[in-house]
Amino acid sequence: MSANFQDRDLVLPGDILYEGRIRTGENTYRNKDQVYATRLGLVNYSPENVNVVALESVYNPLVGDQVIGEVFDIDLGEWKINIGAQSEAVMGIPDAVDRPFRTEFIMTRVLDVGDTIIAKIVDLDRRRTPILSILGPGLGRVYDGFTIRITPSKIPRLIGKKGSMINMIIKETGCRVVIGQNGRILISGLSREREEMVVKVVNKIEQEAHTSGLTNRTQEFLRQLKERPR
Amino acid sequence: MSKKPTTKKTVARKPAKSKKAGKSWKRTDGRTFDELRTLKIESGVLPNADGSAYIEMGRNKIFCGVFGPREMHPKHQAKPNEAVLRCRYHMAPFSVDPRRSPAPSRRDQEISMVMRSALEPAVFLERYPRASIDVYVEVLEADGGTRCASINAAAVALVDAGIPMRDLVAACAVGKIEDKLIVDLGDYEDKKGQSDMPIAYMPKLNKVTLLQMDGTMSTTEAETAINLAIEGCKKVYEVQRDALKKKYSIDQPPEKPVKEFLPEEPEEEPQSEEGRQ
Amino acid sequence: MSKSNIVSHLKQKKIIEVLSTGKRMDGRGFEDFRELTIKHNVLYKSEGSAEVWLGKTHVMVGVKVGTGTPFEDTPDEGVLMTNAEFTPIANSAWEPGPPNEDSIELARVVDRGLRSAEVLDTNELNIISGKLVHIVFVDLYILNYDGNLIDACSAGAIAALMGAKKPVYKVVDGEAKLTDEKAPLTIRKKPVAVSVLKIGDNFILDPTADEEDVMDTRLTITFDDDGNICTMQKSGSEGLALDEIKKCINMAQEKAPAIRAKAIGD
Repeated sequence: MSANFQDRDLVLPGDILYEGRIRTGENTYRNKDQVYATRLGLVNYSPENVNVVALESVYNPLVGDQVIGEVFDIDLGEWKINIGAQSEAVMGIPDAVDRPFRTEFIMTRVLDVGDTIIAKIVDLDRRRTPILSILGPGLGRVYDGFTIRITPSKIPRLIGKKGSMINMIIKETGCRVVIGQNGRILISGLSREREEMVVKVVNKIEQEAHTSGLTNRTQEFLRQLKERPR
Repeated sequence: MSKKPTTKKTVARKPAKSKKAGKSWKRTDGRTFDELRTLKIESGVLPNADGSAYIEMGRNKIFCGVFGPREMHPKHQAKPNEAVLRCRYHMAPFSVDPRRSPAPSRRDQEISMVMRSALEPAVFLERYPRASIDVYVEVLEADGGTRCASINAAAVALVDAGIPMRDLVAACAVGKIEDKLIVDLGDYEDKKGQSDMPIAYMPKLNKVTLLQMDGTMSTTEAETAINLAIEGCKKVYEVQRDALKKKYSIDQPPEKPVKEFLPEEPEEEPQSEEGRQ
Repeated sequence: MSKSNIVSHLKQKKIIEVLSTGKRMDGRGFEDFRELTIKHNVLYKSEGSAEVWLGKTHVMVGVKVGTGTPFEDTPDEGVLMTNAEFTPIANSAWEPGPPNEDSIELARVVDRGLRSAEVLDTNELNIISGKLVHIVFVDLYILNYDGNLIDACSAGAIAALMGAKKPVYKVVDGEAKLTDEKAPLTIRKKPVAVSVLKIGDNFILDPTADEEDVMDTRLTITFDDDGNICTMQKSGSEGLALDEIKKCINMAQEKAPAIRAKAIGD
C-alpha cells in the first residue's frame, strides 16, 4: 500500500499513483492492484480517494452546469448549440420561451443561428446529449461583449474558493464577467481597457493555475495593470 | 585417395546469427547500433488545435494536431458505444525528394490505419460514444521512420488535448544492416537495410501496440530486435514526458503548504469504484 | 475563408463597435501589422524553404525544383507552379480533402504576383529546348490559420525562392546529365502582397481570422520592388468605390517595403 508520488506532483497518463486499496477519484483508473492517472495534472492524495486535478482536459457536461454556447443550427422545434463538448447540445422551445406558443412559432425571432447564449444544462439524454435551457435568472441571449476560452479544468481556479477570485476580478475591473463551465468566458465592460485587463488576468490564471499564491499575485497583477499610464 | 561416396544430405540452412554489434561499430551517420537520432518534441504548438505536438526525429519534421472529442460527421459513421479515433497521415509535397503530389497515397492510408491501431489501445474511447477524435499528422520533412515519429507526436498531442489515456505510446523502429541489428533507422538505412521493424509500445503497461516488419530476420533476431525496440521506445518516452511537463515546470517550490491552492471541489461528485475518467 | 462555418453575431457586433473607436480587438491601429517573423532555409530536403509567423498565422513554404517537359508555346522556358494546402491542423473547421475555392484563390494570387513581376528568369530554367526544362514548385503549407494568409504566403514565397537552388544539368550529345552542382535561382524582383480589409467604413490591414469573418470586402495588391502594382485581387460580397480603391492602394503601398525587407532577410 503506497503512494508513489508526493501530493501535488505533476503526473502523466500511465503514471502509477497508488498500489493497493484506495478509492479512485477523478482522472484515474484502476488496473488490478494499481491506480493510474488518465490525464496530465497534479495528483491529490486525499482521505477519500486518489485523484488527479487535470491541467489539460475535455469539458465534461454535467446537469446543473452553466455554459456559454453558440447556436449553429435550427431543427424542428429545437436549436442546436455548440458548447465545445463531445456532443452538440440542443434546446427545445419550452426551454427558451416561458409562455404558451402556437405551432406557427417562429424560432428565429427568439434565437437565430450565430447567436450566443448563457444557458444551463437541465438534462443529459440517454445519448449524453446536453439539453439546455435559458429560462432562469442570468440566462438568455447575449447582446453585448465577447467570449474567450480557457481549458475547462481551470475554470474552478478562475472562480476561486467560494467565488473569491472571480469576484475580485469583477470588483477591480468593473466588468461583467460570466463564466461557463465549458471553458467559455463572457466579458463585457464599459471600456476596452478594462475588458483587456480581464483578458490578461484570465490568461495569467490559465498559465499559472497549478501554482500557489495565485489569488494574491493576481490581485497585485491587476493593481499594476490599473496603475499603468493611459 | 578417392572420396567415399556419401548420400547428399539436405541440411536446413541455419538461420543467420545476428552479430550483436559492439559499441565500437559505427553506422553511416556515426551512431552506435542502439543510438537514437537527435530527438526533440514540443507540445502545444498549434493554437487552433485542441492538442498538438511537433517532433524532430533525426531530420524528420512533423506536426500533429488533435481535435475532439467532437460530434462525429458524417453521423452514420459514428459508433454507438465509443468514440472513433480517426488518424490521418499526410505528407507535404516538399517533404520528400522528388516532390510528391499532395493527394493521399496508398502508403499514407496504410500508415494512417497503423497509427490508429497503435494509439487506440491507449485511449479511453468508451468515454465518448458517437464522438470522433481526429488526429492529423503533417510531415514537413521525411527522413526515415516517419510512422514512428508520427505516433510519438500523436501521443503527446492527445495528452495535450486532455483526452483520457491509459498510458502514453512511444514508437521506435529496429532494423538490420550488414547483418547487425540497429535502432532508429535513418533514411539511408531504411532504404539499404535488410529489415525494418517499427514498434509502438505503452511504457507503463508494458504492452506493444504496433508491430510491423519487413525483410528477413531469424526468430532469435526478431526477439532481440523487439527487445531493442522496446528499449528505444523507453528512451523516446522520456523525451515525451519532458515535452509535456515543460509547460508546467515550476522553478521554485511553493512557499506555502500545497493544499492551499486546491480548487474547490464541485458540490456533487459521483463516487464510484472506477472513478470518473 | 473562415474559422468556423457560422459567424457569431456577438463577435461581429463587438469588432465593429471597437473599430468605431479607432482601434481593433487586439489593440492595434488600423494600419498596424502583427509581428512578422520569417526564417529562411529551414528544410534541407527542399531546394528552398521559409517559415512564416504573422501573429498566430503560421505558414511553411517549400520550393522544389524538378524537371519536366515545357509547354508547347514556350519551348525554352521553365515552368512555375504554385499550390496551397489548407491542412486540417490549421483550423478546426478545415477538413482534409481536395483544395477548396479559398485555397485555390490563395495559390493563384501568390502565383500571379510571382509571374507578373517576372520573379524567375524562365529562360534560365531551360535545359534542352522543347524537351526538358526545370519546373519550380512553390507549395504554401498552412500550419495555423489566424487570418491574412495571402500576405503571409506571398512574403514566404519570396523568402523561400531567395534561398532556392536548382540542380544543374549538363547537356552532352543531346542528353541531359545531372551533375552534383547546385545553382541559385535568379530572383529578379521581390513582389509582396498587402491585403486591405473593409468592415463597414473602416479599412484595416493584416486582418485576424475573426476580422476576416466579418469583412465586407477585401482588396489585395501586390507591389514589386519599384512600387509598381503587379497583381490585384478583390474578394468579398460588397462593392468598392473608386476613391476607396485608391485609399486601399495607398495604405498597402506604405507597408510593402517593410514586408519585403523581412522576406529578403535583412
